[in-house]
Amino acid sequence: MADFTLRVNGSEKRVSVPAETPLLWVLRDTLALTGTKFGCGAGLCGACTVHVEGSPVRSCSTPVSQVSGKSITTIEGLGANGLHVLQEAWIAEEVPQCGYCQAGQIMTAAALLAKTPSPTDEQITQAMNGNLCRCGTYERIRKAIHRAAGTANGNGATR
Amino acid sequence: MSPLSRREFIAAGVAAGAGLVIGFYLPHGEKSHEVFSPNAYLRITPDNKITIVCARSEMGQGVRTALPMILAEELEADWKNIEIEQAGASTLYGDQTTGGSASVRTTWDPMRKAGAQAREMLISAAALTWGVPRSSCAAQNGTIIHAGSKRTVTYGDLAAKAATQPIPTDVPLKQSKDYKIVGQRLARVDTPSKVKGEAVFGIDYRPPEMKYAVLSRCPTIGGKLIGFDDSESKKIPGVRYVGKLSDSAVAVVADSVWAAMEGRRLLNANWDEGPNKNLNTAAVMESLKQGAAKKGSSLYSAGDVSKVNGRKMSAEYQLPFMAHAPMEPGNCTAHFRGTNCELWAPTQVPQDCRDSVAPAIGLDPDQVKVNVTLMGGGFGRRLEHDYAVEAALVSKALHDAKIPAPVKVIWTREDDMRCSTYRPASLHQLSAVLDGAGWPAAFSHRLIAPSISGQKGQPGPNGIDPDLPDEAAFGYALPNVSLEYVLTETPVPLGWMRSVYALQAAFASESFIDELAAAAGKDPLEYRLHMLSKDQDIPYFATIWKTSRMRGALQFVAEKAGWKNPLPPGRFRGIACFGCFSTYAAEVVEISMENDTPRVHRVVAVVDCGQVVNPSILEQQIQGGIVYALTNALRAQITIDKGRVVQGNFDDYQPLRMDETPIVEVYAVPSQEPPTGIGEPSVPPLAPALCNAIYAATRKRIRKLPILS
Repeated sequence: MADFTLRVNGSEKRVSVPAETPLLWVLRDTLALTGTKFGCGAGLCGACTVHVEGSPVRSCSTPVSQVSGKSITTIEGLGANGLHVLQEAWIAEEVPQCGYCQAGQIMTAAALLAKTPSPTDEQITQAMNGNLCRCGTYERIRKAIHRAAGTANGNGATR
Repeated sequence: MSPLSRREFIAAGVAAGAGLVIGFYLPHGEKSHEVFSPNAYLRITPDNKITIVCARSEMGQGVRTALPMILAEELEADWKNIEIEQAGASTLYGDQTTGGSASVRTTWDPMRKAGAQAREMLISAAALTWGVPRSSCAAQNGTIIHAGSKRTVTYGDLAAKAATQPIPTDVPLKQSKDYKIVGQRLARVDTPSKVKGEAVFGIDYRPPEMKYAVLSRCPTIGGKLIGFDDSESKKIPGVRYVGKLSDSAVAVVADSVWAAMEGRRLLNANWDEGPNKNLNTAAVMESLKQGAAKKGSSLYSAGDVSKVNGRKMSAEYQLPFMAHAPMEPGNCTAHFRGTNCELWAPTQVPQDCRDSVAPAIGLDPDQVKVNVTLMGGGFGRRLEHDYAVEAALVSKALHDAKIPAPVKVIWTREDDMRCSTYRPASLHQLSAVLDGAGWPAAFSHRLIAPSISGQKGQPGPNGIDPDLPDEAAFGYALPNVSLEYVLTETPVPLGWMRSVYALQAAFASESFIDELAAAAGKDPLEYRLHMLSKDQDIPYFATIWKTSRMRGALQFVAEKAGWKNPLPPGRFRGIACFGCFSTYAAEVVEISMENDTPRVHRVVAVVDCGQVVNPSILEQQIQGGIVYALTNALRAQITIDKGRVVQGNFDDYQPLRMDETPIVEVYAVPSQEPPTGIGEPSVPPLAPALCNAIYAATRKRIRKLPILS
């Protein structure tokens, strides 16, 4: 066991866990932030995506020791003042089906828009390709990102 | 049927749909007289709170929205003012199994009647209150209005009086032209919580003092535990218990998921690999080939295919095992308390969970309470109840070890991939005789596969798997047809996976039709339309398939896809249609070939599923079904080596990602027929339509899935 201080969604949290514990389980089990999901445990599906210092990170494959002292944002803290523009777009486009992967999808999309406010279809695909959805909501995810970015949905014939 | 719970009592039932009933509460005892609850689906309280109960499980398909919409329509409720409650396992709702694309089609009548009953009783209560004739009162948007005086009263204000009215059994139902809720693109009730990360899936439920368990399972199919050494496991901080759970599993219980996983990693278990230790995929396929020599059971027969002369064609098709792989891995939370047990289960079968958990832990079914959580996908995997039994057994083991606690069993992705139930591998022998003009005069399909229900000890009559009546029809009107099922055996665990046998049946049948069209030198669309040109009813078990409806779906999809228009250079398309779960589906797939690999650009899908309840949810189901089917067609394959499932995670079992996802255009044939299934029927036509497009591009016929094997 070791002590770590994390800055999660703006507030300081002290946890006492084995150093190799993946951040995912610290968030879910220790801090009761269950919006971040377990999908594969191997960084293959993206359901566990959170932001560490603003960058998307697979929390299932990130030992807590690597993020000690760092600023972490989860789906629960994404909309600091109400809903994030992407969450609003996700609701407007009725994206989720089962909804299990959607926190990870939204966190990945939020990191994309923070760096690339007006993404092209290609940039969206590139950013989102690491996030699996077995319900097949990809088309509505693309629309929601365009809606949030205020960009025309330029898909269709090019794909 | 399971025994009735003491707290619940079915006082009356109205037979409806597929043997379902409306359950009625007897309004007595601790139930408040102020609550208006004419049936188990609805409660209206004096504060005007209207609660509709959803008795099927939400796994992403939108039942928590669609089913209440049906009741609210007949109730003339204000949709914005409805609260929705999830039912757990109960005796009040008939069979609560959520599968077989059945939720809307089998609860359409009970939900409509439940709403209409309440509406009529509210009208009676208002008429009595005002001393006016019933006929002068009407229900509208959550109120009763008196036509003469324009007085209005809310449902809440009428609740107490409505509760004293006799429950009508024969109630008028609305005409579809008067629908205000059914048929609208209403927002799903579960969307905001899922977008905010607040939705509670099974894996998220956290009762106080909960422990976590992971199981070490025998790596070979049918193997058994010899013994284990847990000394290293117990050195992990937080590991509280290690114990044998069954002949083939050891449970490791800890204060956190991570500690449980670490404990399992260090467990030294010794396994007897059992009778299947040399089993591999080649042996499985060989057993299908050997099975093909047997005579099967007839599923359908018209004329006599053996007496038709002409140009003979034949081909064999083959499909592999596949895994559901829902995004939320298997899990269940259980709390055994000595004389009762409570479960929080992401399950498609709450009643099966109750009825299988009870004997496993020495309780009666009415001592087991099953709460149904949200599911992170189901696709049929959660029609099993293994995870529920495991959780109950672990909680009982903790109780017996004097460390009582609720416990959550979590499967890892590797557990899910390797210890699951799988879509059966199958072999298909197709043959046909073409007449002088190239049209088929005879068509035969022998479907050779193990039986899912048969393996679970519930074979259907004549050795016919009980799923085949919903999933293996042949919808073309030909004079000589033979459909045959040959039952084979396999030790590989089998399960019902989205569209079940329809995927296999459609791949073989609709690809072969394309072969016949090519051999006849005819357009694949015209070839199909020719076989549907006469209006004809084709009875197949309990369903009457209508050539007119399949013809309509095909013509519609051809028009929307621009079938008759030339494609740009390098683009090709294929078409297929199939009926299952009483729904007609037709799809056109447009592709290009890149380095011998198909790239799907566009799929146009048409369904005829009768009355559409919510067009937005329908579009989700079709788009999702096609993405799921495209994974199945391109590369979903579970293989067996040395008695073990080879694939373990999303690196060697690769679902479709965004870069491969085509544009999917969805259309429903306008219809006022009763609704039919929509969760699964978009799946079966995709693989044959895709392979038919590949043939158009390359003149190579794909007769074995997955395409990229």
